[in-house]
Amino acid sequence: MKKVLFTLWVVWMTGLLWGHWGYAGSAAFENNIYDPGPLKSVDSVPKVAVGDKAPDFTLPAVSGGMVSLRQYLGKKNVVLSFVPAAWTPVCSDQWPGYNIVKDLFDQQDAVLIGITVDNVPTLFAWIREMGGVWFPVVSDFWPHGAVAEKYGVLRSDGMSERALFVIDKQGILQYMDVHDINLRPRLENLVGALEKVNK
Amino acid sequence: MKRILPCLVMMMLGLALSPRGYASGDIPGPGDVFPDLTLPVPKEVSARGYLGVSEGDSFQLSQVKAEILIIEVFSMYCPHCQREAEDVNELYELIENDPQLRGKIKLIGIGAGNTPFEVNVFREKYQVPFPLFADADFSLYNSFGKVRTPYFFGIRLKTGRPPRVFYAKVGGLKGAQRFLKEIVQKSQE
Repeated sequence: MKKVLFTLWVVWMTGLLWGHWGYAGSAAFENNIYDPGPLKSVDSVPKVAVGDKAPDFTLPAVSGGMVSLRQYLGKKNVVLSFVPAAWTPVCSDQWPGYNIVKDLFDQQDAVLIGITVDNVPTLFAWIREMGGVWFPVVSDFWPHGAVAEKYGVLRSDGMSERALFVIDKQGILQYMDVHDINLRPRLENLVGALEKVNK
Repeated sequence: MKRILPCLVMMMLGLALSPRGYASGDIPGPGDVFPDLTLPVPKEVSARGYLGVSEGDSFQLSQVKAEILIIEVFSMYCPHCQREAEDVNELYELIENDPQLRGKIKLIGIGAGNTPFEVNVFREKYQVPFPLFADADFSLYNSFGKVRTPYFFGIRLKTGRPPRVFYAKVGGLKGAQRFLKEIVQKSQE
């Protein structure tokens, strides 16, 4: 009788376990994003502050040519979006959002410049994977992270912070958000900062 | 044996009736109970009318007046979701224009990690005609498993019973008509 009971218990447990299986697996997208896991929120000390003259730079753009901050002086407000690294989870889900809100930047007479410390070929492949973006993406690869260093957002591991800087038409830094690297900044905060610049 | 028999019957009954749940963090699949999410009542009269919910602060997923609820988990920041938006709108139109399906199948979107502002950007950009809900702190997202976006759940709603999944898949629709046919087929299995 014990054997019968044991067999029934096994069947019962198997049934219960079976009942907890059958989850939807996912293989629709290629697993081509490298997840470094949670990182230290912020790993640098800013070298600029709101009200400062924003440090100028000239960097190679993925689309070709060079992009300088000074070329927008007197013409456009500028948003600098530093993201830590290509092919990582949060970064890959930040610029595609900006990519559908060109009108919000236009309304604020602003241009957006995306910056990472990756080299141009890496950025080229990553941006293509996103389906392209409307704004210039520039490479702060060499001298490695020199622009990130000027702004004080170069981390000790050679990546940059996830940081947003809003620079007005006079070249003055009006807003900065050195964000927790693990989290995406909220779009409304950036839009609010741009609105404030234009008031 | 007389004493054991009732126990055996109870065990078998328990096996037959035990709900197919899922562990926290896992994704509910066909046959599983879907969490009866608490969602904010939309401000728009048309959205409230579509869902069949009254004015108030919140409602439960199980209160939606439909037999089938399709949930798209999306993000404003997700390029796949952006590319799919037009097809998902077409899916809504196909349902609404079919007298056999209108009122029976309804569609909502949950913006994983998106604030109301970000959800609104997505709604306006793609002229999304069905209700979208923000999930800025990922609380809804975490309650039904950490899916990639876009992700589609097909949920069967029956009064007095918990919402139950009959369809769960990541990725695009591969055509609104094809998807709708699959949803109708799976809902009848």
